[in-house]
Amino acid sequence: MMKKISFTLNGELRQVDVAPNEILLEVLRYRMGVKSPKCGCDTGDCGACTVILNGKAVRSCLIFAIEINGQEILTLEGLSKDGLTPLQKALMDRNAFQCGYCAPGMILSVTCLISGNPHPSEEEIKESIAGNLCRCTGYQPVIDAIRQITKKQ
Amino acid sequence: MAIPFEFAYEKPATIADALHLLDKWGSNARILAGGTDLANELKQGFRVPELLVDIKGLDALEKIKVLDDALHIGALATFDMVRNSQPVRDHAYILYEAAGLVASSGVRNRATVVGNICSAVACMDSAAPLLVHDAVVHTASLEGEREVPVQDWFVDNRKTLVGEKEMVSHVSIPLPKIKYAGAYQKMMRYTGEDLAAANVGVLLMEDGACRVAFGSVGPIPRRSPEIESFLEKNGVNARNIEQAKEMIGGIISPITDVRATREYRMHMTKVMFVRAMHAAVERLEKQKR
Repeated sequence: MMKKISFTLNGELRQVDVAPNEILLEVLRYRMGVKSPKCGCDTGDCGACTVILNGKAVRSCLIFAIEINGQEILTLEGLSKDGLTPLQKALMDRNAFQCGYCAPGMILSVTCLISGNPHPSEEEIKESIAGNLCRCTGYQPVIDAIRQITKKQ
Repeated sequence: MAIPFEFAYEKPATIADALHLLDKWGSNARILAGGTDLANELKQGFRVPELLVDIKGLDALEKIKVLDDALHIGALATFDMVRNSQPVRDHAYILYEAAGLVASSGVRNRATVVGNICSAVACMDSAAPLLVHDAVVHTASLEGEREVPVQDWFVDNRKTLVGEKEMVSHVSIPLPKIKYAGAYQKMMRYTGEDLAAANVGVLLMEDGACRVAFGSVGPIPRRSPEIESFLEKNGVNARNIEQAKEMIGGIISPITDVRATREYRMHMTKVMFVRAMHAAVERLEKQKR
């Protein structure tokens, strides 16, 4: 019962045959070769599988691939297609991550936040990454990097 | 984790098409809106539907609007949309407050209020706000439409009054003609995303009416007529709030699980009740000014 879906992945129109029971995260990773979304908890809690769907950060482990027909997906691969974003540079400057497993999800959640709210409060920053679990950094260098690029000049 | 069984998928373009599918497939069909609960239920094998009916093509169900003295929340309204809706902020502040505490931004961008009350997991965040607002659940099927008071909606943990061939189109919140204010409290293990270990919603009206609801401390969320009539009879003040707090032990029946012990839930429900009451009193005073 495969169905052909087409959707925009990182700016390119792509087509793939999917079964209704296939999860978006797995299709992205194993069928489309997009490896930045990770499987952490597989229940929508950890945020490692975050992708941007039509401009909103979502959990790709809780979405059926078939739902994506006609939609637009952005992952880290697309975000940094033309080089690192200021957010990524600020994170690198501070060595803000250690193992990096949470980094793609974290970066996409914050990208989504600052696209609608370029100068978020500390509370809003923390809220935006509250669903991206990190077990290395204690979050502080991540928050510092976000503050650096979002503070009012 | 792959879902270990197969099913069909349809994305109807009209509500009539959706209802025909539900009529044909009955309890073998499951509605897919945000899917944040459903995907987990399928992975865990808790539900084994033969058909998913994706209602995201039904644009009419997306809207949040005020119509005929009621606030309507469509079946596709996400918690993120609720959180950013001025009508919700103006008319059902407690729902706005609760929406901001649901899981994480990544889940709120997808999960819906209606999906929350259809999954009906005991710890859901939208039940207490809807209960104190006397909200009404609107269902549709080929046989017609039904209106079910949210107070009757929940039957058991993960069980509601929705019929086999029915879908929920929206919930409506009747808007009182007098001034009112509510407050929501949620107990979590840490700030940020977590399910509620317990939650409390209260709504106070300027004529002295008082509504109190408890969630995640029993198989279904429930109002407390005991506390409501006590406070309506004796008045809402600090002393009576303390007295009402002591009634809670006989009203709720929390369990011990991975998120909290029975004793801790009981204690914190009392604490949160007092906090919510004082917050609502203060907000109502501000409204009156």
